[in-house]
Amino acid sequence: MTDLTAFPGTIDLAALFRETKIHEVLDELERELVGLAPVKARIRDIAALLLVDRGRRLVGLPAEPPSLHMCFTGNPGTGKTTVALRMAEILHRLGYVRKGHLVAVTRDDLVGQYIGHTAPKTREVLKKAMGGVLFIDEAYYLYRPENERDYGQEAIEILLQVMENQRDDLVVILAGYKDRMNTFFQSNPGMASRIAHHIDFPDYSADELYAIAQLMLAKMGYRLAPDAEAVLREYITLRIPQPHFANARSIRNALDRARLRQASRLFAGMDRPVGRDDLSTIAAADIRQSRVFNS
Amino acid sequence: MRITQGTFSFLPDLTDAEIALQIEYALKNGWAVAVEHTDEPHPRNVYWEMWGMPMFDLKDAAGAMMEVDACRKVFPGHYIKVNAFDSTQGWESTRLSFIVNRPAAEPGFRVVRQEGPGRAIRYTVESYAVDRPEGSRY
Repeated sequence: MTDLTAFPGTIDLAALFRETKIHEVLDELERELVGLAPVKARIRDIAALLLVDRGRRLVGLPAEPPSLHMCFTGNPGTGKTTVALRMAEILHRLGYVRKGHLVAVTRDDLVGQYIGHTAPKTREVLKKAMGGVLFIDEAYYLYRPENERDYGQEAIEILLQVMENQRDDLVVILAGYKDRMNTFFQSNPGMASRIAHHIDFPDYSADELYAIAQLMLAKMGYRLAPDAEAVLREYITLRIPQPHFANARSIRNALDRARLRQASRLFAGMDRPVGRDDLSTIAAADIRQSRVFNS
Repeated sequence: MRITQGTFSFLPDLTDAEIALQIEYALKNGWAVAVEHTDEPHPRNVYWEMWGMPMFDLKDAAGAMMEVDACRKVFPGHYIKVNAFDSTQGWESTRLSFIVNRPAAEPGFRVVRQEGPGRAIRYTVESYAVDRPEGSRY
């Protein structure tokens, strides 16, 4: 047994915190992702755990690397893929994964068409993901109970084996809609028990969607005309209860359509010169023309 | 007789951690890593069997180590080597090649003499291991 009394002093966790620059990661997350409180809380927990583990190692206490396989569930457009992309970078900066790259795959990349093709294909993907994060989008498609000769099960078994044995070599993140993910876990209890973190992505509120829209516009180099701001808020409140609403994705599509309308408005008024302001401003009319306001 | 070959032939066998570090170095230089094995110990044998494809676009040595371990599991008594190819020139050339697995017992070589015309004698070496057929040598 390790002698737990060997290290006499204390560890300055605050100094350790500053040294690892974790706060930069957390601040950045706070700045660039709107809402998603449960997700941020979980990332903060993980960061704290990794920090404490580092402290434990310093004083000579055993620090078994935690299992960080995750499952992201949530409605369309709630930021599952975006957070997964960031997660690779976050875990790398926290020193949990060695390389910090992300390999994003779906069923097609893991499951072969013919007998004997699946194992090499899955292993190939796993090898590429070593040292980073493997992101499996819509993971429930791996398991198709209606076809008992489906090769998905084979891919799941190889995944499970590597998730268990090479925990410190890669992190697997599964993502998908909540109800279908639950069915998937019910039929694959081995998978459910090996995933330590189940994170649910809540739907965005209207205010959060507005903030997201502002971030997106800023990133694309556009801004709203003063009277367009209220119109966009109104648009969001009208759009949410409508069918096929996909949170942030719907907002991005709405902004793309607004850009189209702005472009044709500028095009129609070609006879006068346009300035930097005209090119970057979305007017109220560009949003107002949406069919959301007519219905 | 301990057979040596390749980059670290003058060193004792590398540990797994050292092998991983060497693979890491190869990947850092953008070289593709491949695993090969054989049970024909003759030094002039250049035709080793490929264990799967050379591994392009790996990011971490753990991926290649997975293949090394898989190959060891199937061929515990074979010579296994790791090659690193540099394809940046447009053609592939081996930059690094070292043995990562060897049979438990290596019986060594005998000298074979062949009487030539006149009093000429031709010499060659032959491993004691190759008396038995391929696959059951070690």
